[in-house]
Formats: sequence, C-alpha cells, structure tokens
Amino acid sequence: MSGFDFTVILESLPFLWEGLQLSFFLTFLAIIGGLGFGVLLALARLSGIRALSLVAATYVNLIRSVPLILVIFWFYFLVPLALGRPVGGFQSAVIAFVMFEAAYYSEIMRAGIKSVAKGQVQAAKSTGLGYWRTQRHIVLPQAFRNMIPVLVTQAIILFQDTSLVFVVSLRDFMTVSSIVARTEGRLVEMYLFAAAVYFVICFAGSLAVRRLQSKVAT
Amino acid sequence: MIEIDNISKKYGSFQVLRDCSTSVAKGEVVVVCGPSGSGKSTLIQCVNGLEPVQQGQITVDGIAVTDKKTNLTRLRARIGMVFQHFELYPHMNVLENLCLAQEKVLKRPRAEAVAKAEALIARVGLSDHIHKYPGQLSGGQQQRVAIARSLAMDPIAMLFDEPTSALDPEMINEVLDVMVQLATEGMTMMVVTHEMGFARKVADRVVFMDAGRIVEDRKTEDFFSNPESPRLQDFLSRILHH
Amino acid sequence: MGWLISGLGWTVAVSLCAWVVAFVIGALIGVGRTVNNRPISFLCTAYVELFRNVPLLVQLFVWYFAVPELVPEGLGQWMKRGMPMPEFTTTVIALGLYTASRVAEQVRAGIESIPKGLKSAARANGLSGTQMYRYILLPISFRLIVPPLTSEFLTVFKNSSLALTIGLLELTAQSQQIADYTYNSFEAFTAATVIYIFIALVVTGLMQIIETRTAIPGQSGKAA
Repeated sequence: MSGFDFTVILESLPFLWEGLQLSFFLTFLAIIGGLGFGVLLALARLSGIRALSLVAATYVNLIRSVPLILVIFWFYFLVPLALGRPVGGFQSAVIAFVMFEAAYYSEIMRAGIKSVAKGQVQAAKSTGLGYWRTQRHIVLPQAFRNMIPVLVTQAIILFQDTSLVFVVSLRDFMTVSSIVARTEGRLVEMYLFAAAVYFVICFAGSLAVRRLQSKVAT
Repeated sequence: MIEIDNISKKYGSFQVLRDCSTSVAKGEVVVVCGPSGSGKSTLIQCVNGLEPVQQGQITVDGIAVTDKKTNLTRLRARIGMVFQHFELYPHMNVLENLCLAQEKVLKRPRAEAVAKAEALIARVGLSDHIHKYPGQLSGGQQQRVAIARSLAMDPIAMLFDEPTSALDPEMINEVLDVMVQLATEGMTMMVVTHEMGFARKVADRVVFMDAGRIVEDRKTEDFFSNPESPRLQDFLSRILHH
Repeated sequence: MGWLISGLGWTVAVSLCAWVVAFVIGALIGVGRTVNNRPISFLCTAYVELFRNVPLLVQLFVWYFAVPELVPEGLGQWMKRGMPMPEFTTTVIALGLYTASRVAEQVRAGIESIPKGLKSAARANGLSGTQMYRYILLPISFRLIVPPLTSEFLTVFKNSSLALTIGLLELTAQSQQIADYTYNSFEAFTAATVIYIFIALVVTGLMQIIETRTAIPGQSGKAA
C-alpha cells in the first residue's frame, strides 16, 4: 500500500470545480425541465380524458421500469438522429434527465394531489367553488405543501444520479474525478474524495429536508 | 397483592401523577374512575411497569416493580392486562393469539396450550370464531378474546384499562358480563372504567382520581351514597344523571 | 441475441444476490434504528445516512478501486487477483450494501407505524424484547412494507446496470456493445428496454401474489 497523496486533489481543484459546476447545472436544468414536463404528465393522468391519461400512464410506467443508464444511452443515440446533426453529450444528457425525472416528478405530484383529503374538495364545492377554483385555491396549495419535502429529496437523488453521465464521458464531477484518478494514478484518494464531496452535499440536503418536514407538519 | 406507595410521574414538565397511594388485596376488585386526563390510565400502566415512575414504589405479590433490578418480563407474564383498543395480534388467528405467550413465555407444550386456549375461548362464548383473525371480529368479540388471552397465562391479578371505552354501546355488556363472572370467581382485579353500574355491582372499593391525584378511595357503598369531595359529587352527578 | 441472453443472466444473478445482501443487512439495520439503545441506533442511523448520500456509482468505484488498497496487503492482493469474478462480487457487495440502507428505512418505517398499544400488549403478555420483535413487530411490519419493498427490488434490477462501468457485461452493457459494433443501436436498445420492462412486469406480478398471500385477513385496504 503506497502512502496517501492528497496534493493531487489540491492541484486538480480548478478542474474538479468545473466538473462540480457542470453537475449542479445539469441538476438544475433537469429539475426545471422535469418539473415542467412532470406537471403536464400528472395533469394528463388526472384529467379524466381516457386516451390522454393512458398515454401519460404508459410513458411514466415505461420510463420507471428502465435503468437511467439505458435512458442516457437512448438519448445519446436518438437526439442526434432526430436533429439530423451531431450534438454534444451535454444536450442529450439534459434531455435524457428531463424525460427521466419527469416520470418520477409526475408520480410525486399525483400522490400529492391525491393526499388532499376528499372532505376538503367536498367542503370547497359546498361553499360554491367551481372545479378550477377548488383546484387552485384549495387542492394545489395543500398538495404542494405536502410535496415539497419529497420534491427536495428527489432533487438530491437526481444530483446523485447525474454522476451516471460518466457512461457518455460527459465531464461532470464524477467523470472529472475519474480522469484525475487515472492520469495521476491516485485512484484511492480521488474516489474517497469524490465520495466525501457527494456525501457532504447530499447530507446537507437531507438535513434541509428534515427541517422542511417538521415545518410542513405544523 | 398490589401495593402502590406514594408514586409520582412527570411527562416533561407535565405532572401526570402526584403522590398516589392505594392497594388491591388478594381477591379484591378495585375500580378506578375520574375525568379524562386525570391520570388513571397512566396509574394502571405503572402497575406492571409499562410506564416508569420517577418517585415512590409499587410492589406486586411482594415483587418491587419500581426496582430496576426486577425482571419485569417475568413479572408481567403473571399479571394479565386488557387494553382499551384490544391490541390483539392482527396477523394471528384467535387460537394463536392465546397460544403464543403460553408456548414462548411459559414454555407449555403445544397440546396443553391449545387445550387451555380452547377452554377459555369456550368460556367467553367464542368457540365458533377460534380460527378467525382479529380483523374479522366485532369490537366486543375482540375484547373477549383479549381477556381470554390474558387468562391463558393463569394470572395472579388482572388489570383492565378502560376495557369498554372503545366499544359500541350494544357490545359493552357482553364484555362486562365476562368481567363480572371473573370477579365473582375471586379474581384480583384493578379496573379503570366509567361503567358505574359495573362498579356498584362487583367493586369492593372505588378510587376517584382528578388532576393526577387520588381524591377519594372508599368502600363502594360509601363512594356512591356519601361522596365527600365536591369534585367527586360533580363528577358523579354528570356521569349518573343522563 | 445470445449476447443479450448472457447479459440478462448477469443482470438477474447480480440483482438476486445483491437483494439477499440488502434484505438481510437492511432488516438488521432497520431494527437497530428502532431499539432503545443509543449506541446501536446511532450506528445504524450513521450507516443509512452514509450509504444513502453517496451516489451508487461512486460507491461502486470505491469498492472496486479503493478498498483493495485500503485493506491489509494480503487481503488486498487477494481481492485484486484471487477473488473469483471480481466485477460480479464487487457489484453484489456495493449494490447490496447501498440497497440495504433503503431497505432499512422501509423496515424502520414499518415497525414505527405499528401502534404503541400493540407493543404494550405484547410486553404485558410477558413477551421479552426479542420475542416481541420476532413474533409480533417483524411479521406485521414486513407485511406492511411489501409494496415499497417491491419498488426497491425493481430498483435493484435497474441499478445493476451500473456494473457495466467496472466491466461486467450485463444487459445494458451488452446492448451498448452491440450498438457500438453493429451500428444496430435502435434494435439493441429496444431489445434491452423490452427485457427490462418484462422483468418489471414479472417482479410486480410476483410481489402482488406475495402481497395477497401474506395479507392479514380482516384488515381493511388489502385484498384478503
């Protein structure tokens, strides 16, 4: 066993920081896109229009039974094909993550909307509110409150999942760590360092979730 | 049989029990009543150590419950307890509910445990239901099974924590009948309940609690005919006249 | 086609082995978090937080590249040279221990959802702590958590695809290799996707049977 050499990490910090920024940026775009598309999917499923909810349900269940890596490969191969020109790994990864996360976000939102007690809807209707007003003023605000901790948890999972862009060599934090590890021959230090960085970020995130949960509960 | 000596208990800063003392002699039936939040359920849960106390001493059959060195598990096996919400094991049928502790705690052979269970189930009138699960029985039936489950351990005393409070009115009597029968057979019983008819019929003494204190502890006859404290008079007038 | 079958074989083998690891360790850790013993519950909580907050891919690399260097030399040498099927074994360990942290959370939630009164009743009935867990708390909580465990089980199948990063030629890796070598990307990825969906359907079906079989008669909200 050779001695540890953590100077490698210090010297590579700027390079690693670029990787981490890309991880955050990818996470951010995937959350925005995933939430947007997820809302549409959830609304489609709850719309009461048969064909629409069937299409949305099929999409959600299909995506949820396939590994994320395979989805990343799919879009890495499909996006250039669809656009008719080669695009960077980043664009295809963003699209893959948006499409993938939307399925999970839509399930969270569907559960959130369903978690609002039926009595609330009946009470709202009995005071004379119509369907849309009931949704807007009564159901969605309560549903959103219930959902926030789960949505943040999903964001933490998403951040961890972005490490999978390693398989298409996109230079996120994971890929960059691995590049440094190999070129410098310091696998142990680099991978332990990567684990520590991810842990600190995600643990801080889950502590925040716990705070949110106790706030929502009151 | 049961000696409660000056016990006090706090939940955080809230004082649930203050200097409570009473006793239940062998073969005696003592009813504990009082408004909700008066600490009566906590008191009875202290008797077999389900709730720890901070001050005072409780002994059951000469064994100190409040002593940290006491093997509570062994003591509990000898004291029966019936709960407000029955608390049958939902994943086991009636027979297995009665056999589990007999076999695992008392190490009775299976055949003996089954025979005992069958006899007790017959006694509470539920032989037809012996292979059903708790979720398939009415509340009154579940509570009778719960009583039989406790009796299967051949207890030296029985504790009842509001055994009829969670029942629909038409099911209360089937449970009280079983309890009356037990009392007349000489079982030592401590019963937390609002059923004053039951208290009149079988209790030797009645204890009235309010705000964590034992306010009155009297012979049944005196308790009803001659209540001393205004709080008890008020309580009785509210519980009896409607 | 033969490649895909062999890939499917590895996927199933890795997933089942990892699930056994996850289930056993997860149950122990989950129980550990509920017991009334500070050091034990702290250690179990630390386990869950550690394994849950590091991406599985990083954990896999740590197990594969870093751990053999960190353990005593003899063992490290063995892990690198002597250990049979190193990619397979490493994936099973990494995936198993990672999933264990998620199973543990389900087990804990299951045990905590059992009303306090039932625990009091088991105690009052004379059961010891161990007996209460063995005969009452665990049998009930495992029945309660069959649905979330189903989705964890499915996640194991999906996560086993990460093994391709350390060179295990499981299903996703095989489809990607076919895509690379033959340029029939569409067919290869479609085949892999169909197989994963098939796995999901089979697992969901099996778990539904288990759920019905183990349902407690007379409990509302469950088919008896």
